[in-house]
Amino acid sequence: MRLFGPFIPSLAMLLLASSGVGAQTVLIDKSEIRFISRQMGVNIEGRFRKWKANVDFRPKDLRKSKAEFEIDLSSIDLASEETETEVMRPRWFDTARFPVATFHSTAMKDLGGDRYEIAGKLTVKGRVLDEKIPIEVKRDAAGNSVATGEFTIKRLAFDVGNGQWADPTVVADEVVVRVRMVLPRAG
Amino acid sequence: MTQFRYTGTAQALHWLAALLIFCGFGLGLFMTGLEITPDKLRYYGWHKWLGITVFLLAAIRLAWRAGHPAPPLPAIMPAWQIRASRAAHAMLYVLMLAIPLSGWIYSSATGVSVVYLGLVPLPDLVPKDRETAKTLLLLHLSLNSLLAAVVTIHIAAALRHHFVDGDDVLARMLPGR
Repeated sequence: MRLFGPFIPSLAMLLLASSGVGAQTVLIDKSEIRFISRQMGVNIEGRFRKWKANVDFRPKDLRKSKAEFEIDLSSIDLASEETETEVMRPRWFDTARFPVATFHSTAMKDLGGDRYEIAGKLTVKGRVLDEKIPIEVKRDAAGNSVATGEFTIKRLAFDVGNGQWADPTVVADEVVVRVRMVLPRAG
Repeated sequence: MTQFRYTGTAQALHWLAALLIFCGFGLGLFMTGLEITPDKLRYYGWHKWLGITVFLLAAIRLAWRAGHPAPPLPAIMPAWQIRASRAAHAMLYVLMLAIPLSGWIYSSATGVSVVYLGLVPLPDLVPKDRETAKTLLLLHLSLNSLLAAVVTIHIAAALRHHFVDGDDVLARMLPGR
């Protein structure tokens, strides 16, 4: 287990946490936010080590459901310390100015067969874009709900990797994000 | 009459491998110290392709050699030199296989797959792990230091055979009439 430095929650997250009536605690240790970027045709896998979630998922009442995430961008796990340092720089995430990326769900749709679509606003580097995340919810042996989803975002739309890094033949515009959230069985 | 030179195929494979090893080694030394830029990523890609090619060439050379034994060494060569020569050549083959392999495993451990020539995806040999990656990088560098030493001896011995001993050892690996 890695030890992390103190993580300062944003005001928004504090408000969310205090108003989290019915919110489920995502089992962070069992959950993950991973991504695959393509560098010159080669898949590079990465993940975020530190993030927070505020999820209230009610399959029978999707209107009242919500999913909020806040990702500490400097907790990125990439191929090397060198690349991790690089992506914190202004050309990429500019973590000095934009330390976190957030996602706030705006609507959820039942697609049938334990599949759902979560529409929401993804904020990265001050740019806010609408994204749709298809998820599938299953139960694991312990009775927890396991939601897995995969969606593709375009890094250039968020101005992530500009200047010499804007060339998508070097680092592809598309980044595949894979999310796995484990929610404890309802009490 | 026994052939005193290596076959044309063996010679071509030898010199091609030599060229690629020098390029790959030099590129490896050069690229690691660079600031991270798109060019640096390109160099890493080329370095990996060179390495995999060296690995393939070494495998082809071993297969070729199995059917085409090396021409004999000069009869007057001292026994210790013959033993040293065998050991050095065995080591060169081991390193030509082990160094690319260590680089490939290292790349896997960093979470970066190797796609040969940008076309053929190679399997990841180990899961991504930072500590494993550090150990494998050290292994890759150590094996390369060893290679540099053995290649230096290899070249020095070839030149000594040619210019000091005046025998055919180097000529065996050169095109003849």
